[in-house]
Amino acid sequence: MKNWYMMALVGKDQPGIVAQITEALFNAGGALGETSMMRLGSNFTIMMMVEMDGDEKQLCQVVHPVTEKLGLHLHVDQIEPGLHQHSIPDLRVLVYGADRPGIVAQITGVLAESGFDITDLDSQVGGDAEKPIYILMIEGVAGDGMDTVHQALEPLSESIDVRVEEIETLIG
Amino acid sequence: MEILTYPDSRLKRECEVVGSFDEELANFIAELETFMRTQPGGIGIAAPQVGRLQRICIVDLTGMTRGKKKNPVPNQGRMILVNPEITEWDGFELGREGCMSVPDYTGNVIRATQIKFTAQDESGELHEYESEGYEARAIQHEVDHLDGMLFLDRLVSRRTDLFQRKKR
Repeated sequence: MKNWYMMALVGKDQPGIVAQITEALFNAGGALGETSMMRLGSNFTIMMMVEMDGDEKQLCQVVHPVTEKLGLHLHVDQIEPGLHQHSIPDLRVLVYGADRPGIVAQITGVLAESGFDITDLDSQVGGDAEKPIYILMIEGVAGDGMDTVHQALEPLSESIDVRVEEIETLIG
Repeated sequence: MEILTYPDSRLKRECEVVGSFDEELANFIAELETFMRTQPGGIGIAAPQVGRLQRICIVDLTGMTRGKKKNPVPNQGRMILVNPEITEWDGFELGREGCMSVPDYTGNVIRATQIKFTAQDESGELHEYESEGYEARAIQHEVDHLDGMLFLDRLVSRRTDLFQRKKR
């Protein structure tokens, strides 16, 4: 029976991680669903939906030779199948400011209270080591309307730069 | 009529120029327009999306508004575009697009913010147009269909947004 798993892999970035992992899965009859693979700092991170016969242990065994060789940490959870369930974001929130602890918690806390459902969040640290800048890009669905989100973020704009943009999607 | 969806190979073919402006063409265009208005979004459609590989598309943003202030979207109303040719492009802007022929996916695409173009109408008369903003985006999306291009061919990374968005 085919099962769906969420496979998470983290390790020091090096060439060939994606190719070797996905080849091992393919050779074992696995199929990929949606994935997110990116470099965070000096690490390479992978989150991917994998469909395969067998249980979690068997899936771990499939990628074990590669994780061992490349020094990757592996985590696997069985999940519900869930492709073709995209929601179209209608609001984008862009935030930047001098890096300090708590920016993400502050922004996302306010967004959650205003009924905003995050569909995507990326954050990066730029600037130089002495004066780091935190840059946050969030997209999501404004469940309680856009005005509510605008109003909720307004008080924060004194300490950080916040831009809210409506995302309009042309369907042609 | 029904919408072809990718990977139907007809969506990737260049369409032929319309040479004959007869009753059959007028009937097809009328049917295409009626069909377009029954679809989600319903602001634009191209003939190849229903399997007719000819250079015909329809765009109509009448009554459309943008944003929480419900600002009207500048538009020229109903446009029947036969053999459209975009002749000038100016400016660029990132925006999100989806397509009836690519269900369950939307992505970021860069389009010109202002265009000039020519097209014939259903009777063959040639018109010159200028368009901007959302309407210009819709026209570029539909004209792409006539060249076998989908918005998937023009996707850019979401991560480029911060740096490539037009300054307002």
